[in-house]
Amino acid sequence: MQRNDCSPWLTRYAWSVAAATGVLIWIGGLVTSKGAGMAVPDWPNTYGYNLFLFPVSKWVGGILYEHTHRLVAAGVGLLTLILAAWLWARETVGAKRWAGLGAMVLALGLLGARQMPVYITLAALAPAVMACGVYRAIKDRPALRWLGVTALAAVILQGVLGGLRVAWLEDQIGIFHGMLAQSFFVLMTTIALFTTRWWRDAATRLAEVRSLRGTFLVVTALIFVQLALGATMRHRHAGLAVPDFPLAYGRLWPRLDANAIARYNQQRIETVAAKPITATDVVLHMAHRLGAYAVLGAIVLAFTRARRRLPSGHPVRRATAFWLGLVLTQFALGAVTVWTNKAADIATAHVAVGSLVLVTGGLLCVVACRRSNVVAREAAKITAPLGAPATATATI
Amino acid sequence: MKRHALLVCATAASAALQLASAAEISGKVTLKGTPPPEKTIEFDAICGKLHDKPVTTRHYQVAADGGLANVFVYLKEGPAGKTYTPAGDKVPELDQINCLYEPYVLGVMCNQKFIIKNSDALMHNVHATPKVTGNKEFNVGQPVQGMTIEKSFPSREVLVRFKCDVHPWMFAYMGVMDHPYFAVTDKDGKFKLPGDLPAGKYTVVAYHLKAGEASQEITVGESDKKELNFTLQVKTQ
Repeated sequence: MQRNDCSPWLTRYAWSVAAATGVLIWIGGLVTSKGAGMAVPDWPNTYGYNLFLFPVSKWVGGILYEHTHRLVAAGVGLLTLILAAWLWARETVGAKRWAGLGAMVLALGLLGARQMPVYITLAALAPAVMACGVYRAIKDRPALRWLGVTALAAVILQGVLGGLRVAWLEDQIGIFHGMLAQSFFVLMTTIALFTTRWWRDAATRLAEVRSLRGTFLVVTALIFVQLALGATMRHRHAGLAVPDFPLAYGRLWPRLDANAIARYNQQRIETVAAKPITATDVVLHMAHRLGAYAVLGAIVLAFTRARRRLPSGHPVRRATAFWLGLVLTQFALGAVTVWTNKAADIATAHVAVGSLVLVTGGLLCVVACRRSNVVAREAAKITAPLGAPATATATI
Repeated sequence: MKRHALLVCATAASAALQLASAAEISGKVTLKGTPPPEKTIEFDAICGKLHDKPVTTRHYQVAADGGLANVFVYLKEGPAGKTYTPAGDKVPELDQINCLYEPYVLGVMCNQKFIIKNSDALMHNVHATPKVTGNKEFNVGQPVQGMTIEKSFPSREVLVRFKCDVHPWMFAYMGVMDHPYFAVTDKDGKFKLPGDLPAGKYTVVAYHLKAGEASQEITVGESDKKELNFTLQVKTQ
């Protein structure tokens, strides 16, 4: 069953979950900026307490940031579950509906068991569920329920990865945790976009955007790589591996020999995250800087192309202008992060705006990749009665 | 009874002889050049109340005459053919006091038990981040004042970092050696290795977290008392 009538409440709710995800990413950025990722050494407990029963009086120092992150994450997880259940319930009937909802409740119950083997099993199953969800979401388009299932699996995986980062003391998990967070944000905003009346009604106006899909896809992929570099740098504490900008140790490209690295380390007076840097850290930092120039240039190109190919006032053209504004802000925040010796609030804003740059790119890709024939079919189906057989088999 | 007394006398004589024939290495580590200035630690509200004047980072603690504190000095290889087990009566302690680790640098032997203590009436976590295979990273909470935990590392490592993630300015470092011949320089840059070193040829290493490493070879005879000075340099090029 496909149900495409727009529910304003669903739209509002979906955007709320997406906004909550954005807030969660911001708090996650704050946790790493404050060097508080390991301030609560146990998981799923918090200093032996149940997450929800940890006394407020003990929310001090780095614990405040890490514990708040966990609580908000639990909230986003619950909101995602409700969204997934909502989408499933409105697009299915009978046994299918109850089987799906039952599976979701079962997942919630298993999470409530708070047993490490259960968490690991759920996390191991999540990628398969996500792959299946994306496949079905494309196959059964414009049905959204499979995107809801994908989101639910992703949020479970994300939560377990965050927990395992603490329990297993593995920095590398933190990088995946950071990147999955960004991808999840894109997914949630995409679901929210699909629920809007605008998405339905803009069908005829989106055909002309298709010529920009290649540009948007390449630029967004570039942003994703740039965020991956940033996440790796953040989790290696290499954010200040090069302490000056726009030059790097007074040069266009810093020296990387052992003597130079020793000298850099001698001059580093860290107050937090004390750790000697390596040549790899410096190269990673420089790659992130070069990535920033590349992303800025690519978004300028996308903006220019949108201006050339789309009429004035076109929403996608306006969105590319917004995108350009965001990336300029992001570029400035990156520079200020270095100049302020990685002040936590600035570094956190850099993470948050970075995620918005990716989300904007992701949504532009979704819009530009919508096929005109599919657009027409989807528009036709919107008027189909509830319970009518599904006919859409289009793929992106 | 008579036999027992004889045995005691023989043991005492042997110990005295060994002590008399043991070499001793002491010296000083000096820093040459001007290190970058230390930064004032920005404590949070609770920890800030524990200090009535600003506290700085402790990367370079240099005396007026250039003596460099917190340098880990050790024999690169212990006396040949000897294996050492840590003495059970001496338990090194790493304390958390006024939201700082004390001492900043310390040394232990492989498999030697050491105690980590929380002397503060507030929550800390102790997060050790060793890199050498065999030494396991750990992160434990110490939410209660007076709480202690006992830990050890099986493998040699210079230096293992300890940090508190609740108070991210808190760091300490621990050298883990497979012999007992190590020391940490005091505020004047002076050190003294344990005085029961057998005669032989050794390489002595002085390692500082920022200033780097220097080493010297030294030959000591029985009962030698040798002084060994190191100079570490702040690089400018």
